[in-house]
Amino acid sequence: MNRVIIYSIVVTILVLIGVNLLHRTEPMNLSQYELKQKFASKVKPSVDHSEFEILQQHFKTPQDVTEACLTCHNKRHEEIIHSSHWNWERVAYVEGKGISKIGKKNVLNNFCIGANTNEQACAKCHIGFGMTSNKFDFNNARNVDCMVCHDGSEEYIKGAAMAGYPDRNVNLSKVAQSVNKPSSVNCGSCHFYSGGGNNVKHGDLEEALLACDRNTDVHMAQNGINMTCVDCHTGEKHNIKGKLYSVSSTDVNRLNCEECHTSKPHLDDLLNRHYSKIACQTCHIPTYAKQNATKMAWRWSESGKLKDGKPYHEEDSLGNHTYLSIKGEFEWGTNVEPEYFWFNGNASHYVIGDTIESVPVQINKLYGSADDIHSKIYPVKVHRGDQIYDPETNMLIQPKLFSPEKGDSAFWVDFNWGLAAEAGMKQLGLPYSGNYDFVETEMYWPINHMVSPKEQTLSCEECHTQNDGRLASLSGFYLPGRDRNNWIDLFGNLLFWGSLIGVSIHALARLINSLRKNEVETEEIDLE
Amino acid sequence: MRQVYIYKKFERFWHWSQAALIFFLALTGFEIHDSIHLFGFEKAVAFHRSASYLLLGLIGLSIFWHFTTGEWKQYIPTLSKLKDQIHYYTIGMFKGDPHPTIKSAHKKLNPLQAVVYLGFKLVMAPMVILSGILYLYYKSFDVNDIVVALDIPLEWIAVIHTLGAFLLMSFVVVHVYMTTTGHSLTANIKAMITGWENLEDEEDARQEENKSSKN
Repeated sequence: MNRVIIYSIVVTILVLIGVNLLHRTEPMNLSQYELKQKFASKVKPSVDHSEFEILQQHFKTPQDVTEACLTCHNKRHEEIIHSSHWNWERVAYVEGKGISKIGKKNVLNNFCIGANTNEQACAKCHIGFGMTSNKFDFNNARNVDCMVCHDGSEEYIKGAAMAGYPDRNVNLSKVAQSVNKPSSVNCGSCHFYSGGGNNVKHGDLEEALLACDRNTDVHMAQNGINMTCVDCHTGEKHNIKGKLYSVSSTDVNRLNCEECHTSKPHLDDLLNRHYSKIACQTCHIPTYAKQNATKMAWRWSESGKLKDGKPYHEEDSLGNHTYLSIKGEFEWGTNVEPEYFWFNGNASHYVIGDTIESVPVQINKLYGSADDIHSKIYPVKVHRGDQIYDPETNMLIQPKLFSPEKGDSAFWVDFNWGLAAEAGMKQLGLPYSGNYDFVETEMYWPINHMVSPKEQTLSCEECHTQNDGRLASLSGFYLPGRDRNNWIDLFGNLLFWGSLIGVSIHALARLINSLRKNEVETEEIDLE
Repeated sequence: MRQVYIYKKFERFWHWSQAALIFFLALTGFEIHDSIHLFGFEKAVAFHRSASYLLLGLIGLSIFWHFTTGEWKQYIPTLSKLKDQIHYYTIGMFKGDPHPTIKSAHKKLNPLQAVVYLGFKLVMAPMVILSGILYLYYKSFDVNDIVVALDIPLEWIAVIHTLGAFLLMSFVVVHVYMTTTGHSLTANIKAMITGWENLEDEEDARQEENKSSKN
């Protein structure tokens, strides 16, 4: 028996040694440290604009500032005039439509629906001055707003419903002298507040990023590497890298994690192999809206209720509007688990004038599938809601929402959908039957920001499980742990348990047999 | 009956380390299959992969050993007495009949064992090993850091690997049980541990056989 014990100990030790030798604990990821090193030192500008005489004047209009800028940067306006931030559209090849122009000018969304006919208010987020209608002159360089992106004083703000002009209290001279590389405040002044409030649209872009810790965003954390938007979203000739699929449609000039992190960022080979099918964001952004809530649903059909003839609002315990007479009913979410979709970087959009093909209407559609080699699984915020459409023409309606005064058919002051629909569609030159209804819509927002520290990334089990894992809804591929061939499993289980039962019966038969034999023997002995 | 040194040192080492590895691989493998929960998926995968390399190494050694020692001939199946052997396990042993075949250092396996073990070596093991190797290297990177695209769907690889695992597990169940059918309940296991087993003397047996045939 001693040898038995020794052998079993030796075998066990050998197995354990082998496993330990081949299973290494994680060493330092040097490439990660190199990146931290690279972004640790913040570049100081080599020029001080406050010393330029031309900027030391009292500017009467913001256009005067632009002209001052152009005296030195005398070709930059051409870059701007070709950019999508300025044009609100870009030329793209779209499946089924061919080469077409896509952008805020002609797509809709299921938040405030669309900028058309509401330019006076919506142009607050246009990098120009004086966009009061769709007659804006996109060739006039004087109207380029340099300051909204390059202000370094953090004092520049655009006025509410002022067609893109700055607030009257802004000290243009001070702003002009402060110009700098865009900071996160500049980008955030529009991109954090799209949809009418902080974090309403994106879910992963909001003002908390200006002062957050690593748990919220490892890249922008104040106590971390403290990067700004343009550290990643670099711009070559004012063409900023990165795509937002509410308005973009093609897989060009995208910004991907691997530009810094390479396609093999992990030390673990098995994790690296996920790269070909799983976007980094899928595991590294387990939840979005980690600080402030984001809108998950918006039902326009509930709008227009008045109390004593006046619009009103309701709030939840966190101060988020749950009802607004002018906009309808909302649902909010914090720490939301994304939904997951195959996505190859191409998208199509409902363009104004399109007819509805299916309900819920996909305001934008992300392309991709498991068998497409260019597709990966991405986390996506899906914003659901309903909005006004014409049941006879089967078109979504662009209503006129905003007007500074009553009696202009604008819904936000007159609360009459019929008039708002008519005015909006008339201005776009599109038919309106006179009937309106509300239709369910969905909008897809790939989640890219608010990357969590690695300790908080998805664990394997969150996808590799049979029990309602994160990827439970995706099909067309084999996911170990989630998937199985039921016939093989059934056969295997029958075989295994069958063998066990079989040998048990055999053993039992032997036992009974030997007992019976013993009895016979004892009986024989008794006889003697 | 006399003590015979039937299993050599390497054979015993190979047998028991392979048994341990297969047991460990089954545990971790069925965890990856989400049938049991023990180490957690990530560790289960890491352990399963490490252990699989060990098993590959061990099998390499054992193949070398089998061919250099000529032991591979033990697995050549024979039809003679195969029926007797099946008859013994299903009926004979309950009547107290003797083993129909005689175990010796030259003939360690009875005809039924030879067939089953050959099946193990030619069907079950290659099934799990080949599918396992494909699984191991599925979507790995080549020297240019490009993902190696394999046209075989992962599902097929996984299904074959799983089927092989189920076959192996059933084999283990029956195999372990059958060790109790020796001269005593533990005689076979003891032999595989110590190398020594009480066996009928071949000479005696032959004489007995001759006697009975004369009668």
